[in-house]
Amino acid sequence: MSNPQQLRYSKEHEWLSTAEDGVSTVGITEHAANALGDVVYVQLPEVGDTVTAGETCGELESTKSVSDLYSPVSGEVVEANQDVVDDPSLVNSAPFEGGWLFKVRVAEEPKDLLSADEYTEFSGS
Amino acid sequence: MSNAPRLTALDALHRSLGATMTDFAGWDMPLRYASERDEHNAVRTKAGLFDLSHMGEITVTGPQAADLLDYALVGNIGGVAVGRARYTMICQENGGILDDLIVYRLGDTESPEYLVVANAGNAQVVLDALTARAEGFAADVRDDRDAYALIAVQGPESPGILKSLTDADLDGLKYYAGLPGTVAGVPALIARTGYTGEDGFELFVEPQYAEKLWQALTEAGAPAGLIPCGLSCRDTLRLEAGMPLYGHELTTALTPFDAGLGRVVKFEKTANGGRFVGREALEAAAEHAGTNPPRKLVGLVAEGRRVPRAGYQVVAGGQVIGEVTSGAPSPTLGKPIAIAYVDAEHAAPGTEGVGVDIRGAHEPYEVVALPFYKRQK
Repeated sequence: MSNPQQLRYSKEHEWLSTAEDGVSTVGITEHAANALGDVVYVQLPEVGDTVTAGETCGELESTKSVSDLYSPVSGEVVEANQDVVDDPSLVNSAPFEGGWLFKVRVAEEPKDLLSADEYTEFSGS
Repeated sequence: MSNAPRLTALDALHRSLGATMTDFAGWDMPLRYASERDEHNAVRTKAGLFDLSHMGEITVTGPQAADLLDYALVGNIGGVAVGRARYTMICQENGGILDDLIVYRLGDTESPEYLVVANAGNAQVVLDALTARAEGFAADVRDDRDAYALIAVQGPESPGILKSLTDADLDGLKYYAGLPGTVAGVPALIARTGYTGEDGFELFVEPQYAEKLWQALTEAGAPAGLIPCGLSCRDTLRLEAGMPLYGHELTTALTPFDAGLGRVVKFEKTANGGRFVGREALEAAAEHAGTNPPRKLVGLVAEGRRVPRAGYQVVAGGQVIGEVTSGAPSPTLGKPIAIAYVDAEHAAPGTEGVGVDIRGAHEPYEVVALPFYKRQK
């Protein structure tokens, strides 16, 4: 599985889509989902929350552990993926698609994200 | 000694299957092959195949092998019949649990032989303790960790799968029994034991035969839905079955009575004049447990979806009343579950107002009796 070229990536293993009308989508990478194992619980930021790039904004629980969710971008949350809250296994089965986590009205374009190729090299997969 | 993790005889095979590996007690072991939930459910409903070669085998032989084990362990080992197995513990002089063990009686009455199976992380401690305690006994303690690979097939379909590969009398093989036989042409000790809460078998074989046996079981089991399973689902399976794990529910700081497993301590055994390591401390612990019960081991079932983890505090009325020793999302119950030590007054099933402190939030939990899951026979 390759990391989609059109996305950008954080070193905390989140992905960020290119903004459309100022809104970007956030998720975790397949590499991160595989490392977590079966995700059983997702706590997402709520609509209206302000998230800050590099800071925690939620958590992901798998069979073996709980991990913080970091936002790769600063801005206001405009949508949280209720499907993934109801069925956290979407994070494992479709991390780049139906398993997206939340959408942000981007306050400031992040500068330190990785390209797909850079992230592939960073994560080793 | 090298710090590199030890590899089982099946290491290359696990990698070819795409296993996610993990360091476990100094061994590189499969954590999962694909989804640990699918692996868990396969064992509950069909069958799963495990590499458990990290477990620590110690062989005890000699005319006084049984006397030595009766002195060194808390159980009545002299009372175990040939071909049967016993769950037992080895304790310190102060009653603290060094490890929990399964002892298989092999050999015959003329040439006594016992196979002691210790947890991987405690194998050296158990070997050292048995060796030290063997002084004065006509018994030999042998490190057989490298002599065996251990493959388990667990789940309701496991008897049918194994039957297709052996002439051994599996119908006559009771739970907690073991007999030597041949499986897929490979000489094996076939034991009806496991750590999953399901029917199943553990096969002790020479490492050189491990791959052949694994492949034969994989092929024979595939039509019945058998899949390879890692240690992650082994943990959730034993947790649902309410089985303790050393380092979590059992430690040197606890006696078997603290762990609610006082029944494994056999004060009535007569070998060695009733002497065994830890006896005096354990008698005191038994009396204390009877009059002034310590914390009790209970089950907790979440009302919400956040998962309790080992070390989290159990709370009631704003007070800390216990500690979680193991916790995980339960695939069978569909809810997070935990095993915890809680103060006796809060330990009754149905006790109101009990919660777990999950990173600062007190999440409500229901107190239940263990186990969470019991198979239908």
